[in-house]
Amino acid sequence: MSFRLALQESPGNPWFSWQYVRDNSDTILAALREHATLTAEAVLIATLIAVPLAVVAYWFRPLTGPILALSGVLYTIPSLALLAFVAPYVGTTNPASVLIALVLYALLLIVRNALAGLNQVPAEARDAAQGMGYGRWGRLLRIDLPLALPGIVTGLRLATVSTVALVTVGALIGYGGLGDLIMTGFRNNFYKAEILTGAVMCVGLALVLDLVLATVGRLLTPWTRRGPA
Amino acid sequence: MTSDNPIQQAVLWLNDPLNWTNPGGILDRLGEHLWISAAAVALGCVVAWPIGMWLGHTGRGGGAVVLISNLTLAIPTIALLTILPLTFLGFGKPPVIVALAVFAVPPLLANAYTGVRSIDPEARDAARGMGLSGWQVLTRVELPLAVPYLAAGFRTAAVQVVATAALASFVNGGGLGQIISAGFGLGIAVGGGQILAGGILVALLALLVESALALVERAVTPRPLRRAPRAARA
Repeated sequence: MSFRLALQESPGNPWFSWQYVRDNSDTILAALREHATLTAEAVLIATLIAVPLAVVAYWFRPLTGPILALSGVLYTIPSLALLAFVAPYVGTTNPASVLIALVLYALLLIVRNALAGLNQVPAEARDAAQGMGYGRWGRLLRIDLPLALPGIVTGLRLATVSTVALVTVGALIGYGGLGDLIMTGFRNNFYKAEILTGAVMCVGLALVLDLVLATVGRLLTPWTRRGPA
Repeated sequence: MTSDNPIQQAVLWLNDPLNWTNPGGILDRLGEHLWISAAAVALGCVVAWPIGMWLGHTGRGGGAVVLISNLTLAIPTIALLTILPLTFLGFGKPPVIVALAVFAVPPLLANAYTGVRSIDPEARDAARGMGLSGWQVLTRVELPLAVPYLAAGFRTAAVQVVATAALASFVNGGGLGQIISAGFGLGIAVGGGQILAGGILVALLALLVESALALVERAVTPRPLRRAPRAARA
């Protein structure tokens, strides 16, 4: 194979180089910003759709099956295929194509966990709320959702981490954030430093966002820290 | 005949027999896709099942299992697919198979671990009381009882690998994703139909594998356990 030659360990192509990071900090930061923005937008939109869906599934039992099945089917469809479904309609020069595919992916994780969280609300708490005269909405906002928060946060964390990894697929149409770095490095005569920088920053971004969400979740649910979990 | 509707273009593309039988056509790609996926899942099983069952048997390493699952979730497939060919694995199918196997490991590992862990301790004690050694307990009691979990993990892993194998096209690794990539390469005006057609094929294959393996999973799960929720989906 012809490109095996290019693979010979040459001193000019190390796996990591500060030189590269310093010289290309603008490109790297732009890619990081794009990556983080796409992830945040996707998770935010997915949450805005998924939490109401979970509430609907929680209120109307017969809808639970179809809602879970629909999001399950979406999750089974490969990310690349999802992008292929969306792109011809939205356009390949449009970051919205990537965004829509990401949102569809994040949906399932959030819906499933939010629903599990809602279903774990103790019957006593619900009865007590009923006895105190809460209506359906009052109970949802004051009792059910706060108590389901740990489940929702778990879903958000899973969705965020996998979305960070999935954004890279957008590299195929040029909106892949750090994935663009990885692919450019690959096409650019296998520039290892660029590939590894992109990959390491992806994993780093996922871990940082996960940590942020975990902390926010802890701060929002102080009652879970008291007593045995 | 060119139409603006991507669906019509896709149907047109799928209806061209040459697109199926050409070298690098749908049939070739389908074969590649299935072969890569099968090899990756097999490799994943060989690595993950013994480790998972051993950890479950000794009752240690629960934290490690969770950590591995979370870490692999954060690694972009594309990063692995581009990094592995640059290592000693070289280009071609091997790095793609190894990369996909990495993503198959967490569900296989987690389910093997949970499967062995969730066995009724009394069954284990009874086996011990009958004088079976640790190894015999593992192979004669824990392994058969964990089969439903292993099957569930296998299903999750296989579907995930078949879905992820589409990304192998990023590094020319073959598979059905190659059809989509080629379409994107042609640009949306010319390749729109092909992109959509490729997407439909990949999605259909994933759903087909999912439902086929769901039947297998059901078949190997003893009747009383069928209603129990599937544990540890990674």
